[in-house]
Amino acid sequence: MSLLEIKNLYVEVDNHEILKGIDLRVNAGEMHSIMGPNGSGKSTLAQVLARRESYNVTRGEVSYDGKDLLAMKPEEAACEGIFMAFQYPVEIPGISNAYFLRSALNAIRRHRGLDEVDAMDFLPMFREKLKLLDMDEKLMNRSVNEDFSGGEKKRNEILQMAVLEPKLAILDETDSGLDIDALRIVAKGVNSMRSPERAIVVVTHYQRLLNYIVPDFVHVLVNGRIVRSGGPELALELEEKGYGSMEAGARQPAPA
Amino acid sequence: MRKQETKNVITELETYLESFSEFEKRAAGRNLPWLRSLREDAFARFCQVGFPTTHDEDWRFTNVSAIARTPFRLARNGFARVSQKELGPWRVAGVACQLVFVNGRFSRELSSMGNLPVGMKVNGLGKEIAGNPTEIEPHLGRYVDTQRDAFCALNTAFTEDGAYVHIRKGAVVEGPIYLLFISSAENSPSMSHPRNLIVAEEDSQAIIVEDYVSLDPGPAFCNTVTELVAGDRAVVAHYMIEREHREAFNISTLRIEQGRSASVTSHSVLLGGGLVRNNVHPVLMGEGGECLINGLFVGNGRQHLDNYMLVEHASPRCDSRQFYNGILDGNAHGVFHGRIIVHKDAQKTDAKQTNRNLLLSDEAQIDTKPQLEIYADDVKCTHGATIGQIEEDALFYLRSRGIDEVSARKLLLFAFATECLDRMKQGLVRKHIEGLINHSLFQVANTRAEARANSRKDEGRSWEEMG
Ligand SMILES: Nc1ncnc2c1ncn2[C@@H]1O[C@H](COP(=O)(O)OP(=O)(O)O)[C@@H](O)[C@H]1O
Ligand SMILES: [Mg+2]
Repeated sequence: MSLLEIKNLYVEVDNHEILKGIDLRVNAGEMHSIMGPNGSGKSTLAQVLARRESYNVTRGEVSYDGKDLLAMKPEEAACEGIFMAFQYPVEIPGISNAYFLRSALNAIRRHRGLDEVDAMDFLPMFREKLKLLDMDEKLMNRSVNEDFSGGEKKRNEILQMAVLEPKLAILDETDSGLDIDALRIVAKGVNSMRSPERAIVVVTHYQRLLNYIVPDFVHVLVNGRIVRSGGPELALELEEKGYGSMEAGARQPAPA
Repeated sequence: MRKQETKNVITELETYLESFSEFEKRAAGRNLPWLRSLREDAFARFCQVGFPTTHDEDWRFTNVSAIARTPFRLARNGFARVSQKELGPWRVAGVACQLVFVNGRFSRELSSMGNLPVGMKVNGLGKEIAGNPTEIEPHLGRYVDTQRDAFCALNTAFTEDGAYVHIRKGAVVEGPIYLLFISSAENSPSMSHPRNLIVAEEDSQAIIVEDYVSLDPGPAFCNTVTELVAGDRAVVAHYMIEREHREAFNISTLRIEQGRSASVTSHSVLLGGGLVRNNVHPVLMGEGGECLINGLFVGNGRQHLDNYMLVEHASPRCDSRQFYNGILDGNAHGVFHGRIIVHKDAQKTDAKQTNRNLLLSDEAQIDTKPQLEIYADDVKCTHGATIGQIEEDALFYLRSRGIDEVSARKLLLFAFATECLDRMKQGLVRKHIEGLINHSLFQVANTRAEARANSRKDEGRSWEEMG
């Protein structure tokens, strides 16, 4: 059984059909990359998997870890181990990053039947992760993403992933807008999360990230459909020929 | 709903006349000519002015006809009905002293006077009027406007008791002076007019808390006036907490008279009450004074919470800051009226006003109105107001990390309220208020989530049921 299995998924936003029959299987231990031009529906897919309610699923099924993902609320999906790194992380004035992250961690720990972590133990526990992402501890006392630079926001997403230890992580254009140093740091963070129990889906617009994170499978999403699936070499082909060549291309089945 | 009177008639004049003549016969200090004429003049003025209507610019958004048409009688002193045990939940540990007032009357027995530091005096105003009138006379009634303000006139007419706080020159009182006002219902509609006088002499420092609570339900009208005199360089923090039940009418006026380089902060936290009007009126009389006016109001059900700020700059080089945040749900109605008057000589005035509001339901309502009257030419005055909702993006972000909807809503509401909390100095009072706000926001978040789950069927009622 795959960790994630998407079957014939159709999604509408504001009565606008955006995903038009997605099929995708992701197994634990795998790294997938979803590539596609702007507006092809990548974020829509990511948000649906994170259970954003304003995205209306009109057809299809999604099973996650043997459960019906589409029946879950966002917090339930998160507690069950789904994590989506936002393309545009949200600024929340008045809530400190540390408090937010600890609340999230404790919500998930409670769900897993683990003890909560108190404020005292929290920071020391995560110093190493902050260091891995080259993040200043001071950021933890600032409001969530408020006045963070673009790079800091993206690293903050990866930090959250590292702390919350999901089973399925979906990273939505975490590489966009990063300079090469920040890209390396983010890639290092993502690579450190690879494990046989965990699946990672990297959504990207551009293949540069894939020089640092080598996926097992690459899928090309164009106009709400996966038009090609293949191995890492597909990213290079895309780089060379562009998305135009794919649109007409025969649709190949997603890897099992 | 009855039609609003367009003329300022007092429909219950008979009741007030009766109450006043009875009151005059037995009130403390009835033999003091100055006090007698203060009361009589104020009462005459009240009869002339009458209760305001919504035709009155200062009362445009708040209809007090429910007060005007109810035959309130002076509440009897309800000490006998209040036991120490009942006071348990309202006690606050660690304060310098806690004075307890039942229906506006000071109860020495219920109060805990603690070990008062030297340099200060606290007592019931009634006792001081009787025993020490020469100390009271120079201040009482000197600051509030009894000419145009019907509620201040009414309070002054019935002035008899409340708190008297006197901080001597140079004295620094670190522990909060806690004034607890309990309204205890009677069989018929009752009113009380607590009158507080706080005199902080030159270079003194103090923290005063006024906390309004109800012991039991029933229509009660609490019309309170506090005159706060801050001498030169005095530093005074004043807190007002309103958490009465939903049948309560609460009109309060805080009139602050500030000396040279005095620094006063006024914090208002309105969580309870049915119809609440919170007047804060500082006059910056001395040069270089600063005043911070900070407030949070949280309303749901049919609560009406009106905040009327009147900041008068009467001297040069004074700073005033107003920050009010409102959270409104259900059918609640909030008002923020921020008036700033910069008098002719008040050059180099720096006045700022910000009002931010969150509306959580379609039926909740806010009226926000800045009003700047500037008669000096070298001044800086800014104002701004925002009205928004809980951001769905922020809510989803929190939930997508595992935080359940109620907690996420509460977090966002609390973050909004924290802006106000952060302006209070760290310490006992802030902690206490934080607890009260937390509790209140939890209820709001909870009902909001429920209301959503019930897919919007009769939200109004579920609010009332929350109590
Ligand atoms: N709220 C919305 N209403 C209508 N169309 C939307 C809305 N949000 C996104 N879209 C459209 O949906 C399509 C897919 O968007 P998105 O999933 O963000 O694409 P990608 O992440 O691949 O760039 C785009 O054409 C976008 O304009
Ligand atoms: Mg996108």
